[in-house]
Amino acid sequence: MAVFPWHSRNRNYKAEFASCRLEAVPLEFGDYHPLKPITVTESKTKKVNRKGSTSSTSSSSSSSVVDPLSSVLDGTDPLSMFAATADPAALAAAMDSSRRKRDRDDNSVVGSDFEPWTNKRGEILARYTTTEKLSINLFMGSEKGKAGTATLAMSEKVRTRLEELDDFEEGSQKELLNLTQQDYVNRIEELNQSLKDAWASDQKVKALKIVIQCSKLLSDTSVIQFYPSKFVLITDILDTFGKLVYERIFSMCVDSRSVLPDHFSPENANDTAKETCLNWFFKIASIRELIPRFYVEASILKCNKFLSKTGISECLPRLTCMIRGIGDPLVSVYARAYLCRVGMEVAPHLKETLNKNFFDFLLTFKQIHGDTVQNQLVVQGVELPSYLPLYPPAMDWIFQCISYHAPEALLTEMMERCKKLGNNALLLNSVMSAFRAEFIATRSMDFIGMIKECDESGFPKHLLFRSLGLNLALADPPESDRLQILNEAWKVITKLKNPQDYINCAEVWVEYTCKHFTDTLDAYMLKCIATVHQSLKREVNTVLADVIKHMTPDRAFEDSYPQLQLIIKKVIAHFHDFSVLFSVEKFLPFLDMFQKESVRVEVCKCIMDAFIKHQQEPTKDPVILNALLHVCKTMHDSVNALTLEDEKRMLSYLINGFIKMVSFGRDFEQQLSFYVESRSMFCNLEPVLVQLIHSVNRLAMETRKVMKGNHSRKTAAFVRACVAYCFITIPSLAGIFTRLNLYLHSGQVALANQCLSQADAFFKAAISLVPEVPKMINIDGKMRPSESFLLEFLCNFFSTLLIVPDHPEHGVLFLVRELLNVIQDYTWEDNSDEKIRIYTCVLHLLSAMSQETYLYHIDKVDSNDSLYGGDSKFLAENNKLCETVMAQILEHLKTLAKDEVKTLEYIKKQSKQPDMTHLTELALRLPLQTRT
Amino acid sequence: MGTALDIKIKRANKVYHAGEVLSGVVVISSKDSVQHQGVSLTMEGTVNLQLSAKSPIQIINSTIEMVKPGKFPSGKTEIPFEFPLHLKGNKVLYETYHGVFVNIQYTLRCDMKRSLLAKDLTKTCEFIVHSAPQKGKFTPSPVDFTITPETLQNVKERALLPKFLLRGHLNSTNCVITQPLTGELVVESSEAAIRSVELQLVRVETCGCAEGYARDATEIQNIQIADGDVCRGLSVPIYMVFPRLFTCPTLETTNFKVEFEVNIVVLLHPDHLITENFPLKLCRI
Repeated sequence: MAVFPWHSRNRNYKAEFASCRLEAVPLEFGDYHPLKPITVTESKTKKVNRKGSTSSTSSSSSSSVVDPLSSVLDGTDPLSMFAATADPAALAAAMDSSRRKRDRDDNSVVGSDFEPWTNKRGEILARYTTTEKLSINLFMGSEKGKAGTATLAMSEKVRTRLEELDDFEEGSQKELLNLTQQDYVNRIEELNQSLKDAWASDQKVKALKIVIQCSKLLSDTSVIQFYPSKFVLITDILDTFGKLVYERIFSMCVDSRSVLPDHFSPENANDTAKETCLNWFFKIASIRELIPRFYVEASILKCNKFLSKTGISECLPRLTCMIRGIGDPLVSVYARAYLCRVGMEVAPHLKETLNKNFFDFLLTFKQIHGDTVQNQLVVQGVELPSYLPLYPPAMDWIFQCISYHAPEALLTEMMERCKKLGNNALLLNSVMSAFRAEFIATRSMDFIGMIKECDESGFPKHLLFRSLGLNLALADPPESDRLQILNEAWKVITKLKNPQDYINCAEVWVEYTCKHFTDTLDAYMLKCIATVHQSLKREVNTVLADVIKHMTPDRAFEDSYPQLQLIIKKVIAHFHDFSVLFSVEKFLPFLDMFQKESVRVEVCKCIMDAFIKHQQEPTKDPVILNALLHVCKTMHDSVNALTLEDEKRMLSYLINGFIKMVSFGRDFEQQLSFYVESRSMFCNLEPVLVQLIHSVNRLAMETRKVMKGNHSRKTAAFVRACVAYCFITIPSLAGIFTRLNLYLHSGQVALANQCLSQADAFFKAAISLVPEVPKMINIDGKMRPSESFLLEFLCNFFSTLLIVPDHPEHGVLFLVRELLNVIQDYTWEDNSDEKIRIYTCVLHLLSAMSQETYLYHIDKVDSNDSLYGGDSKFLAENNKLCETVMAQILEHLKTLAKDEVKTLEYIKKQSKQPDMTHLTELALRLPLQTRT
Repeated sequence: MGTALDIKIKRANKVYHAGEVLSGVVVISSKDSVQHQGVSLTMEGTVNLQLSAKSPIQIINSTIEMVKPGKFPSGKTEIPFEFPLHLKGNKVLYETYHGVFVNIQYTLRCDMKRSLLAKDLTKTCEFIVHSAPQKGKFTPSPVDFTITPETLQNVKERALLPKFLLRGHLNSTNCVITQPLTGELVVESSEAAIRSVELQLVRVETCGCAEGYARDATEIQNIQIADGDVCRGLSVPIYMVFPRLFTCPTLETTNFKVEFEVNIVVLLHPDHLITENFPLKLCRI
């Protein structure tokens, strides 16, 4: 085969650059330009602040990492927008504006500042659980026996109708015994569903029966500790029913022409709707048992609107009185809570009913200690201190309804009435839970006094302190009292014997401690930052030390991880200055209490997350470094063969965030030794090692910058140390392209720092690694061919090789030759053009190398152009190489030509593309040629 | 489906009084046209007395021919009708009442006669009659009561009864049928725990005839007003809505009587049942 002699074209880069360059046109601000980033100035809505971080928010464990990429999307991406709308608080805020408008006209709607029942639901369900077996006793068609005598002489028609109704599980008594709590919840959910189904299929009587049977379950107080949760589940069904009935009647009032307005009067409702509504009320009025009759009527209270203007205001007091017939005090207080709930929803302006419920409750309060209740507790084996806490959900709700927008005088009166009753701990607790936090906070010292006076038996005192603490986290007590409050409370809390009780309290009070002393911190910031710091530290320290003292014996802490985690979170939330945080002596020992690895790692993540979020300046504070290295090491050491990729990525991200924030300023040696230490600590996380290599490279370049390119002997040695660090770290990485790119990158850094032989070593290492590149590589869990990546890397590599000077002891262009050999030997995909593509790039490289002056240089490094000075031998050598490469390319073209038809097809295909029309002619000519 | 026959009464609650005009439409709907031998409408009111030879007593009965034999077009045909509720002679339009031994019922029946090949169509529909408001002023008749072991009759072993004192009142035993029965009950004291307090509404039906008369008391409904051991000294409301159809103003005729009573039933632990009976007089104003 003929050899084509190669001559590179001489290039005048300067002239070419000047002629090719586009004219620069100055762009006015505001002019359109396709590459200009779109800047939309929008006033971002402030993130919704959750009211007080009470214990209920503990589930939000997902640490929100601030990612520079995702931050671009902040607030605008569809997912977070959905999340925002799903947030009840946000939803309430959205509805608020429309509501407020109405509120001005009348006060018949509760404002968004009223904490809705939905917030309480979950908390109750989570708190009141049982391991005992439950039972559901459903007795469908229970009136059958009674109705039997009545049907005797009933007209045929009525009888058949009744029979139709009873067809549904006629007189069936379904008793489901031995249900676990989850079974129970599922059953109730099934009932809720069958209620909806029955309604949808127009079986209204069946729907009513289901609701009656469900409400009947509320009169059953066996497994009493589950009662609050049962109440939640069953009132959900009642809510569903109430809504269905109301909507059905409402829809009857809507004819094709007009829609009933939201605030309609009974005259607007038509006769059929009214008759249907009356029917419901008559049916409910004939329910035999008191409790179902009460609940079902309360659930459709709103329907009174169809019948008369005063219906609701007449109904509420009657239903309130009706509750007096409920003998069991627990059942009765929950019935009151339900009535208040419905009342608040339908007619919040009718305050009298709420108050009546409260005063009626006080009248029956003594029953709790009566014989009937005591006997029941003995039978069920429940102690008074675990019985009384069943009341607060209902009481809190009633109290909350009353105190909502209530005048101060009423609250004071209520408080006084509670005081008068013996053993008022239960009442006191509800007062503290439900009244405005400000109201409580300003009277903190009074409350502490009252708590102290409480009878020790019965309602646990620590719960009272917990409630007080929750208020103080939301509202500030008078400044003069703050320290005294803390001291008084802590005196009691410290004495708690049961770790669980203790931690429940401590968790709340830690927040108070942090919060109020940080406030002081703000106020006195300028004046006496040091003193306040000291006091702050001291306060937090005693709290933490105390927690540790309590929790360590018997490994009591193991049961309390969630609360302990909360404590940490709260502490972190209030300290953004990490040097202060870590100088809190007991902070690290506190961390050590988390002995279960998964929990400890979670806590560490929280800390790192907060650090990355709040740390503004790079730091070299030894306290922070020591502590965080410890934290990071804990995270790193949790990694094992079973750790998920995502988890590793997360941990790496957090550790990297820390590494990036460490800076010893001009003390480069110290910085390097930090990186050395980090490498030994975090060797199992590849992304961390990569980060370290980049950091060290950056350090070398920083050094160069400081020395303005002229290294002294000392800095040269330091830079070589950096380079050596990279050189020995890279092989420990697994990712092949990570290694290749880092070799190249580090080689470039070495070159820039005039470490020529080190640079050579990097490049050689890279070259020797190329044969190891597998055909397929795993990218984000999918196997992809690696060729395109290899091509990309090699092109990048060639650009660097242009300026790498030849080693005096090796031959001309030894790196290029070596690389060419590797490329030649690499097993390329059959029929792939990649190899030839690379060869054409090599031609580019070689042509660039044969120029008199190269396109670019590295400062203080003589490339081949100045080494050889356009020596003819070098050029000849270069050209020879070109010819070999060219020969390879031609060889490939020949194999392509063998398959003419394929070529022809290819050309034809190409010619169809708009800018390839010139090929059409070629395609027409080609077949003719082959034939001749 | 073939032809459907329906009666729609104008008033949604289907309630009419003597002297008023009962009106509405008969609706015939069919996909195809309908051949028929005439449509007639019958209004009927009867008193059914169980165990009586005189039964049924007819109160009112009239039939009108609505449509002569012919053909209804396909689709929906509405034929309006009117029945004046006038009575002949000294007959009284008693109020609708569904009881056990006495039943007073009013119906509308529509018959469509058809040729031999097709079945006749019939549709029946009940309408409700309320008697006219009673003349004269309504005077409430409140009743106070006290129940202790000593006040009870029919007690076998008075000594075995636990001690208790119940006090209360009914706001009136003269009741307006559309208003609930109201009152209060206070458990002042009770040695035994209270299980339940119930209001039992009872009808007393008397059917008289030549052979004598039968008087029967049966329960209409039972409404629990207290469940469990209620708080002492705190009044529990007595409240009961009179059910429609199953109650009517107290009725006394030559052939039969319908009266009502209420029992206050107190169940004490473990198994004592105390009943206090109050006859009621229901009226409509």
